[in-house]
Amino acid sequence: MAKHAEHNEETGSVGHIAPAKLYVAIWAILMVLTLTTVLVSMVDIGPMNIVVALVIATIKGTLVVLFFMHLRYSPKLTMATVIAAVFWLFLLLSLTMTDYLTRAWSTYPGR
Amino acid sequence: MATAVQTVERENYLNSNYGIKSWLLTTDHKRIAVLYLISITAMFWLGGFFAMMIRLELLTPAGDLVSSDTYNKLFTMHGIIMVFFFLIPSVPAVLGNFLVPLMVGAKDLAFPRVNLLSWYLYMAGAITALTAMVTGGVDTGWTFYTPFSTTYSNTHVIGAAIGIFIAGFSSILTGLNFIVTIHRMRAPGMTWRRLPLFCWSNYAAAVIMVLGTPVIAITLLLVALERAFNIGVFNPQLGGDPLLFQHLFWFYSHPAVYIMILPGMGVISEIVCCFSRKRAFGYEFIALASIAIAVLGFLVWAHHMFVAGISVYAALVFSLLSYLVAIPSAVKVFNWTATMYKGSISYNTPMLYAFGFIGLFTVGGLTGIFLSSLGLDVHVHDTYFVIAHFHYVMVGGMVMAYMAGLHFWWPKITGKMYPEAWAKLSALLVFVGFNTTFFPLFILGYMGSPRRYHAYPPEFQVLNVLSTAGASILAVGYVLPMIYFVWSLRYGADAGPNPWNAVGLEWMTSSPPPTHNFDETPVVTWEAYDYEHQPQEEITVGH
Repeated sequence: MAKHAEHNEETGSVGHIAPAKLYVAIWAILMVLTLTTVLVSMVDIGPMNIVVALVIATIKGTLVVLFFMHLRYSPKLTMATVIAAVFWLFLLLSLTMTDYLTRAWSTYPGR
Repeated sequence: MATAVQTVERENYLNSNYGIKSWLLTTDHKRIAVLYLISITAMFWLGGFFAMMIRLELLTPAGDLVSSDTYNKLFTMHGIIMVFFFLIPSVPAVLGNFLVPLMVGAKDLAFPRVNLLSWYLYMAGAITALTAMVTGGVDTGWTFYTPFSTTYSNTHVIGAAIGIFIAGFSSILTGLNFIVTIHRMRAPGMTWRRLPLFCWSNYAAAVIMVLGTPVIAITLLLVALERAFNIGVFNPQLGGDPLLFQHLFWFYSHPAVYIMILPGMGVISEIVCCFSRKRAFGYEFIALASIAIAVLGFLVWAHHMFVAGISVYAALVFSLLSYLVAIPSAVKVFNWTATMYKGSISYNTPMLYAFGFIGLFTVGGLTGIFLSSLGLDVHVHDTYFVIAHFHYVMVGGMVMAYMAGLHFWWPKITGKMYPEAWAKLSALLVFVGFNTTFFPLFILGYMGSPRRYHAYPPEFQVLNVLSTAGASILAVGYVLPMIYFVWSLRYGADAGPNPWNAVGLEWMTSSPPPTHNFDETPVVTWEAYDYEHQPQEEITVGH
């Protein structure tokens, strides 16, 4: 048993077995969030509609990655890989926004 | 060091079994490397053929050899083939595939079947893109700028984009394989600080492949979807933004420059140490500079867009960030020269190519600093100055490094030596031919000659003739190795396990290596590039 656990630690190739209850609970949360997305879309809260939708989608994605894809029980290297991917997405979006957010600014300050 | 047992006609990866099937279904990283070598060599000649057509057209000021439409297709196909189907896979997929497992002391890459899949994806992508070219060609330039590519071009944009999309996955899989192999499959004692610099730089390139390639894949898919179904992502008439394409495209395609050059830098690190008989000066700095280049490379993409209409403030930020890349690049160049300082240098072919790399890459890199400064870029943007700059990095840097690596490890890959005198001549011809081809373009660009036109004012002719003449010298320099490499397969002298008296695990097994690389798992007890403690035998090749 100890050897088995060691193998798990070393390679991460043996999957973690979480209780079925947990999976059902996560599934239920995902369903509630989906319902929330649908309901919020029916209310007009201006630009906040897209913000709410994206926040909910991010929470859902995080839950799937953490529990269904076992990231929570994975070695640190796997976590680092996922964090790197998210960080690179952040780089893409934030540096692109440096253009979009400042494009309308005057090129000649004071005029 | 007991693994270096050489017997005549012992089993190796080439003679372990025969027949087409044994190659097409192989999972041996060395055979897959050879498959890649053959494929990308074919692409190199095809891309080179288009380059020669471009240079021939530019021999005279009038557009007399080809029409302007054909010329547009020629430079597009030259770019697509050379970037996506030659330069990006060149060092990683051929030399990296062959050497990374050998260098870390593993039997194969972590996922051998995925490795084979990556070659099939590469071939599928290449065939798709070539089909688009044969059935009519593409005229958008390799950059597929919108809205021309999505709305106005009447050529086979979708086919070419899908070909690159498919080939992108080949690149992702190769990168993934390298990352997992280097993390998980290092031999006992092969710590990160003992890892050959070639592995470090391929690791850095692999990170870019895995994190960057999905962006170009999805971007080109969006171009194809907008063309096919009028989805308004990039076309302003449909509510899109053409500059968004450039942001997404260059988010990958600028780091892609580092996918190309980083593995090349790894090759140069190995060769400089071997032929100077010295430990790498500042090993940690060279290794970490690779990682720094990989990360910084992602922060500079909008320097391709300074005159495209982006915010001036964003341009300022990107200009500043672009200067930063010069730091780790310079760290490498200075460390190579410091490694050579007081070294016992031998001027074998790989070292000659490495010298060429260091000089030409430095010119390419420094002119990059010109281009990342906002004011100067406005003047030389879209001129031959840019063409000269990136060819100094891509051809003078990367292709030089690829040739250096091919000459350095050819004895390991095939077990045969090539004729050293001819090889030295080829290195010389490539260096002279390259400079004659591309240095005049700096001047042409500075004088304002714009790129991508098939005709030009007569006062530019002398420099263009010089450039075309240089291209023919360069072509001879590339044809020569092709001939003597093939010649060496049959007539070359046996190389033995370690013709350069080099250190590194790949030299401690026989040449060509056995299918499982090592008879017993090597245990590493020495530092990387431990030439000080290597018996000081002379390199006998070529004397």
